[in-house]
Amino acid sequence: MVNLLLKAPEGPPSDVEQIKEKSNYLRGTLGEVMLDRISAGIPDDDNRLMKHHGSYLQDDRDLRNERQKQKLEPAYQFMLRVRMPGGVAQPSQWLVMDDLAQKYGNGTLKLTTRQTFQMHGILKWNMKKTIQEIHASMLDTIAACGDVNRNVMCNSIPFQSKIHSEVYEWSKKLSDYLLPRTRAYHEIWLDEEKVVGTPELEEVEPMYGPLYLPRKFKIGIAVPPSNDIDVYSQDLGFIAIVESGKLVGFNVAIGGGMGMSHGDKATYPQLAKVIGFCQPDKIVDVAEKIITIQRDYGNRSVRKNARFKYTVDRLGLEPVKAELENRLGWKLEEARTYHFDNNGDRYGWVKGMQGKWHFTLFVEGGRIADINDYKLMTGLREIAKIHTGDFRLTANQNLIIADVSSQKKKKIIELLETYGLTDGAHHSAIRRSSIACVALPTCGLAMAEAERYLPVLLDKIETIVDENGLRNEEITIRMTGCPNGCARHALGEIGFIGKAPGKYNMYLGAAFDGSRLSKMYRENIGEEEILKELRVLLSRYAKERQEGEHFGDFVIKAGIVKEVTDGTNFHD
Amino acid sequence: MQLQVSNSPFNHEQAELLNNLLPSLTETQKVWLSGFLAATLTVSDTGTADVRVMEAQSSGKTISKEVTILYGSQTGNAQGLADNAKRTLEGNGYQVTISSMSDYKVNNLKKVQNLLIVVSTHGEGDPPDNALSFHEFLHGRRASRLEDLRFSVLALGDSSYEFFCETGKQFDRRLEELGGTRLFPRTDCDLDYDEPAAEWLEGVITSLSEEQGSKVTAVPTTAAPVNAHAYSRTNPFKAEVLENINLNGRGSNKETHHLELSLEGSGLTFEPGDSLGIYPQNDAVLVDMLLKELNWESEEVVKVNKQGDLRKFRESLISDFEITVLTKSLLEQAAQLSGNEDLKALLSPGNEEKLKEYREGRDLLDFVLDFGSWGESAQEFISILRKMPARLYSIANSLSAYPDEVHLTIGAVRYESHGRERKGVCSILCADSILQGDTLPVYIQHNQNFKQPKNPDTPIIMVGPGTGIAPFRSFIQEREEMNGKGKTWLFFGDQHFVTDFLYQTEWQKWLKTGVLSKMDVAFSRDTDEKVYVQHRMQEQSRELYEWLQEGAALYICGDEKNMAHDVHNTLIEIIEKEGQMSHADAQAYLDEMQQNKRYQRDVY
Repeated sequence: MVNLLLKAPEGPPSDVEQIKEKSNYLRGTLGEVMLDRISAGIPDDDNRLMKHHGSYLQDDRDLRNERQKQKLEPAYQFMLRVRMPGGVAQPSQWLVMDDLAQKYGNGTLKLTTRQTFQMHGILKWNMKKTIQEIHASMLDTIAACGDVNRNVMCNSIPFQSKIHSEVYEWSKKLSDYLLPRTRAYHEIWLDEEKVVGTPELEEVEPMYGPLYLPRKFKIGIAVPPSNDIDVYSQDLGFIAIVESGKLVGFNVAIGGGMGMSHGDKATYPQLAKVIGFCQPDKIVDVAEKIITIQRDYGNRSVRKNARFKYTVDRLGLEPVKAELENRLGWKLEEARTYHFDNNGDRYGWVKGMQGKWHFTLFVEGGRIADINDYKLMTGLREIAKIHTGDFRLTANQNLIIADVSSQKKKKIIELLETYGLTDGAHHSAIRRSSIACVALPTCGLAMAEAERYLPVLLDKIETIVDENGLRNEEITIRMTGCPNGCARHALGEIGFIGKAPGKYNMYLGAAFDGSRLSKMYRENIGEEEILKELRVLLSRYAKERQEGEHFGDFVIKAGIVKEVTDGTNFHD
Repeated sequence: MQLQVSNSPFNHEQAELLNNLLPSLTETQKVWLSGFLAATLTVSDTGTADVRVMEAQSSGKTISKEVTILYGSQTGNAQGLADNAKRTLEGNGYQVTISSMSDYKVNNLKKVQNLLIVVSTHGEGDPPDNALSFHEFLHGRRASRLEDLRFSVLALGDSSYEFFCETGKQFDRRLEELGGTRLFPRTDCDLDYDEPAAEWLEGVITSLSEEQGSKVTAVPTTAAPVNAHAYSRTNPFKAEVLENINLNGRGSNKETHHLELSLEGSGLTFEPGDSLGIYPQNDAVLVDMLLKELNWESEEVVKVNKQGDLRKFRESLISDFEITVLTKSLLEQAAQLSGNEDLKALLSPGNEEKLKEYREGRDLLDFVLDFGSWGESAQEFISILRKMPARLYSIANSLSAYPDEVHLTIGAVRYESHGRERKGVCSILCADSILQGDTLPVYIQHNQNFKQPKNPDTPIIMVGPGTGIAPFRSFIQEREEMNGKGKTWLFFGDQHFVTDFLYQTEWQKWLKTGVLSKMDVAFSRDTDEKVYVQHRMQEQSRELYEWLQEGAALYICGDEKNMAHDVHNTLIEIIEKEGQMSHADAQAYLDEMQQNKRYQRDVY
């Protein structure tokens, strides 16, 4: 099976590899440390394992210094992420998440850029109860983080319901098939009895093996013409090919990913490249074989270079494709043609194919909360109580109230109006096209604000936008607190990566449909400079653009930034 | 007893007059009279001793020069006074045996001729811990008659409590019942005990001396301290505040301040278990509210003590007098001065409950608002106020770990009562006003009743929820400094883990290094069902009992009303269950631990 021409990088295994190896299939000492009452935290080693259970330890960084003086440990709390392929949640599940957020979380929910729920602020002693209640609602948190296949994304397409349900079924199949098989999760959180005796290693994790993957692995399925899930940002992307109204198969794209490290040019965002086409019923097989290639040849020595994109770039696209076909025992067909229009969401009411209605709600920063007069969380709770369809979390952190019958539509509209829930029509198009990761205060990686700051910055950008008559011009704008790229900043027409408190690198030139990376335009600038730059750029765009020309294309044509043709020349 | 020329120092005529008078006197009158005579005696300072009531019973006998002093002390005040009495008596040529009541062999009592009792009272009229067993013995059936005994009791207390000096009163009454005779009438001291205690000692020595037939040599009002510390309770040191941190995280219901004070240059030293006394100031805002209700100028100058120190009226209300507590005696004196009929009615017999209820949660401002002021002048107004008492806080550091520093853990007291927000005088001063660089007048209050085992290898179990954690921080610091090998186990509790885990990172560090072997915490408001330290003890009853069997010493510090009682009862339950013994045996087990100083409490 092992290809003699392909090699994994040499070097001693990284710390996380050693932790996984010693963990007895992700158990470690989690069972014990979760019971320790002296600290609300857990040791680092266990925290690395914890990720595979869909959670990790954070602390409220706003309070860190203050608490240190008070002789208190950091305000430790857990972030918990749900595995929810395609972002589809039943109303009952919505209500459970809402309740848990109030009971054990910080009273809010985050809709993530990978279409799932994230809860923050859960104390150690409430973790088990929270996970058990999630489990009882027929959801779980397995593999929502960690070196495994993550939540499988899937286009939300409210207007093509039949295709959606078909594609969604495939995303579920992928998600389920690619789950880790260890019983660690069930033993630690769900009180499952331990099986006596050590089973053969191969039996425990037939696909992953005892070390799992070198790094996280992301899969997403797009349905053209919408690229809402940013298929090129995935380690493995599937592009649904619909011919004569029928799903005939998927183009396969491999080797995408957003993350990089400041100042390390060996790290870079990369876009997935299409290598062929397969029948619908082959995608699980394709995914499994791709994953085993990454398992065998990924970099287990340097975590910064461990994502599949680096494996592909190191081994070469063709050799990887050959190895894939070798492992599959059959060849991919030639990729079919497709076309993407955009990577954003379409807001408001849309009628689907079976006479059902869908409403896409604008959720700024993906944060479900009651903030001052805007009772978004309460409103959605009331809607969930009467809704008979489902909820779909979009990759742009928005929410679709889906499958609303004509009779129910009136009631839902009433509730939307009662709570003033909005499709964002009164906002500028740029705000409606914004994404921000969580960042401060809970994310341990954040170097600067994102979710809390982007709305404030947008207030000021909107003034510039209005001055230039661009209020209804969709320009994707994305902000992340660090270069890991949860908000897919490198695919925003305007991108910001946090560098230090109040300081960002500014990126321009990504494609509106998510098919081209952006380029750094200014380094380490603060708000004043950001606004100064945007004033000039947006004014030029308003005056000089061609009919229908997107901002990302304009800045390249105008020579403001150089086009990035491949992740490997992102830093050039 | 009939007085005669042969058995008294009186001539026939005097004896007859007294024989006529004495039987008609009530108990109170007798006590008053004896005190009056004794006071006259000391004030006259002639030493001629014309009046010799005390000598009545013992002429013809050899009077022993041996004096036994027994003390019962919780915070160390009574012990300090007892020590002082010992030194003074020895200076006057007496042989003194001094002992805490718990250490005293009760069988020896029969042989004692001169007994002095110095004892404080706690909570609802309870004896201090190290007086409990002696108190019980003396009041029990096994106590023998003490016909040869002459005694005197110095009782300490706080007149704002209902059962003021109750323990002292009980000893005084009981010793009389057992046949003893008073050397000198019992003296009840309020918080400001220095002067009355000195008078008591003087009276005692005078009586003893007269029995000896010797003149009273100079009796100093306060004996010179042995280790001539310049700074003491009566001469506090102004300690600079080095650090003042609120230990409770954001969102807490609590506010607990960690204070670090400098003792540099004071010469003051202490051991883990000792306390620090602070003389606080009253809230100036409250003083100004009070002044608004009074007729005197705040700038008026008043005399604030017997030494004749002068202060502006407002300043004196801030610094010198207590204005936040209503004692019964204050109300009585105010009634006399003001003649207020409503107040007199409140104080009249039959209204005890009403009076008690009135005093609760009210301060001087309420009182003046309700019954008006008293006295002709500001001077007269303050004449009946209690001196500002010092507040005692268990010291939270080891001197060897932090030389020249003293650390405290002070819980801010705020509550609403009778429609007004009330503030703990000292705790809120520390919480709201005291900043780095400010100074506080302090002194060390030694407490021999809360000490780690001499041998640092002896295991210890510490139960200290809330601010009760303070002395255990000093215990552990000291163990760390001394490299103690004994196991240590700490129980802590408060409301919320996230915000109220006092000194959390320090305990974590000590757990890691092993200085602290084991720690259990209970946070009562994190769960639906309230969990307290005693529940954690119960959960580990077996191991806890094993530690006790291995000789561990157990310490409790913190709230007396609920916690200390609950923990005490839990201990008995644990001993009963794990030691498979009867309730009485378990109690005896704990009593014995107490006798052996293996069970000590610092509760408030």
